[in-house]
Amino acid sequence: MSGRRVRVLVAKPGLDSHDRGAKIIAAALRDAGFEVIYTGLRQTPEQIVETVIQEDVDVLCLSILSGAHMTLLPRVMELLRKNGVDDVLVIAGGIIPDEDVPKLKEVGIAEVFGPGTMTEEVIGFIKRNIKRQR
Amino acid sequence: MFDERKMGELSKAREKWERETRSKWLEALPEREENFRVSSGFEVNPVYTPEDVAGLDYLRDLGFPGEYPFTRGIHATMYRSRIWTMRQFSGFGTAEDTNKRFKYLLSEGETGLSVAFDYPTIMGLDSDDPLSMGEVGRCGVAVSTLKDMEMLFDGIPLDKVTTSMTINMPAPILLSMYVAVGEKQGVPMEKLGGTTQNDNLKEFIAQKLCIFPPEAALKLSVDLIEYCTRKMPKWNPISISGYHIREAGATALQELAFTIADGVTYVEATMERGLDVDEFAPRLSFFFASHNDFFEEIAKFRAARKVWAILMKERFNAKKERSMWLRMHVQTSGCTLTAQQPLNNIVRVTIQALAAVLGGAQSLHANSYDEALALPTEEAVRVSLRTQQIIAYESGVCSTVDPLGGSYYVEWLTERLVEETFRYLDRIEKMGGVVEGIKKGFFQREIAESARRYQQEIERGERVVVGVNKYALDEKVKVPILRIDEEVERLQVERLRRVKAERDNGRVEERLAALRRAAERDENLMPYILDAVKVYASIGEITKTLKEVYGEYQELIVF
Repeated sequence: MSGRRVRVLVAKPGLDSHDRGAKIIAAALRDAGFEVIYTGLRQTPEQIVETVIQEDVDVLCLSILSGAHMTLLPRVMELLRKNGVDDVLVIAGGIIPDEDVPKLKEVGIAEVFGPGTMTEEVIGFIKRNIKRQR
Repeated sequence: MFDERKMGELSKAREKWERETRSKWLEALPEREENFRVSSGFEVNPVYTPEDVAGLDYLRDLGFPGEYPFTRGIHATMYRSRIWTMRQFSGFGTAEDTNKRFKYLLSEGETGLSVAFDYPTIMGLDSDDPLSMGEVGRCGVAVSTLKDMEMLFDGIPLDKVTTSMTINMPAPILLSMYVAVGEKQGVPMEKLGGTTQNDNLKEFIAQKLCIFPPEAALKLSVDLIEYCTRKMPKWNPISISGYHIREAGATALQELAFTIADGVTYVEATMERGLDVDEFAPRLSFFFASHNDFFEEIAKFRAARKVWAILMKERFNAKKERSMWLRMHVQTSGCTLTAQQPLNNIVRVTIQALAAVLGGAQSLHANSYDEALALPTEEAVRVSLRTQQIIAYESGVCSTVDPLGGSYYVEWLTERLVEETFRYLDRIEKMGGVVEGIKKGFFQREIAESARRYQQEIERGERVVVGVNKYALDEKVKVPILRIDEEVERLQVERLRRVKAERDNGRVEERLAALRRAAERDENLMPYILDAVKVYASIGEITKTLKEVYGEYQELIVF
């Protein structure tokens, strides 16, 4: 660690407004010592990627419950790649059917957390899988 | 309610019971928890007796069903005369898909329709807006113009059904489209029955589907209330909603208090339009969640009726009994459903639905067991409708009105909730009312804190979620789920483009300009919106016109 805390962006793509999970994750990560930025609702993939770059975050948590995950999450990954961002750990959460998970992993989403996930699981996962060394 | 001498005897007997009987049992069998609490934070006693309701005056505090303060029910005969309306919320895909589901539900014995709109519609966006990408028809039906609404209700006579529309900031637009469909069917607006949710305040507090700033949003809600009061006597212009407040994480008490505070705000704002309270209050309706804590939920529904009746009578001087009625739709709590072992959800829904019935709900939506995974399949929806029918026709709970009235525990809880609700209402008033509270982030913060506490209780194992933090199985979920065809978006966008190409664009421009002028003059916008939808102006165009006048809401980020 070179003195800076791990920076996490919690983002909500899609038009849905179910932010209970996103806020709980944001608060739990903050309590766990991460530096957390929460985008607020309804961010386009473009806006999210812009924030990832501007805020120079290490981890991106995407929360979506609208059912549009197969359109929006691959789009976020594509834009990250296009912008040369390949060292940010990206995870997703929300209402995402099991059968969609392999496809999301194929495009580079490291893990998908469904309903009933304990925040500790997410924190542990981030700590074990973070790509950047600070 | 009880004889004083008898109460003295009871008090002594209870002390003796605690000293002699209970203490012995505790030695052998210590209690599982140090204290037991309901979601609202009240500590629950080991047992309740007449002592706990000693201050209760039957006629003053409970009364008979159908009489003030309506604690026991707004109707004298309740379910002995008529079972509640079984209203299953549905909507997905294109208007044709939802139209088919509606016809199926009607044929299965459902008695009222309830429309779920997709996110673009809810946010006042057209299906072809760049922000709508991937969202069209996913979580509800896509309605961009009157053409979609015509297809949605094709072959369903609007004078034979009642329709509830879950729509808020764009409610004036969707109601106008419904009115226009009615006209085409030959059903005049005064004969249309149904509900628009139209509760914009709770959007800022919890649901967060905000388009306009709070003052403009409140104005639009009141426009619709005022218009319906004057022109649509059978329409419920607003469903003042605690459901979303609860689902966002609030306790039962917060749900109750914030919802009532919103209700008070709408009443005040509508009276400012020069309407008499008894002209519009009878058509106000409410929408609550039914969560897991069985007795607390029942007490909450009873308390809601009592608080509202007192407010309407004493604060707003309502004269009509109907103005004092708190009529409620209840939906079982979505956030209690688990993705793990989904069949367990059928049991949760049954308990919650039963609480709603014992609480005296007028209509009920029972969730489906697969909703933590996706939108429900037809089979799952049937199970939840059957759950309601089993409660209604097999359980016997409908044979008498308010069967839990007089339960020491339920009455104690009801009174506690009533008192604490009034305390919250005072606090909200002192901070300048609901709109001020929203701007200060008061409600948002209160709810986020409760949501966090709830999650921490689950993570620490203090709150058991069967199948999640206790009795978990290591298994992959295997239930069939509803998938929305990718084609839906393409078809819907195509249809919208066709409508926009074929309509008279000159008239659309004209009517949008008239709407803008009316908004600038602060007139009631309903007639102008109705004029605009009739020439197939789209929801996106109408919303954009209003955004130009009112501006857009900027989310207050609290976590």
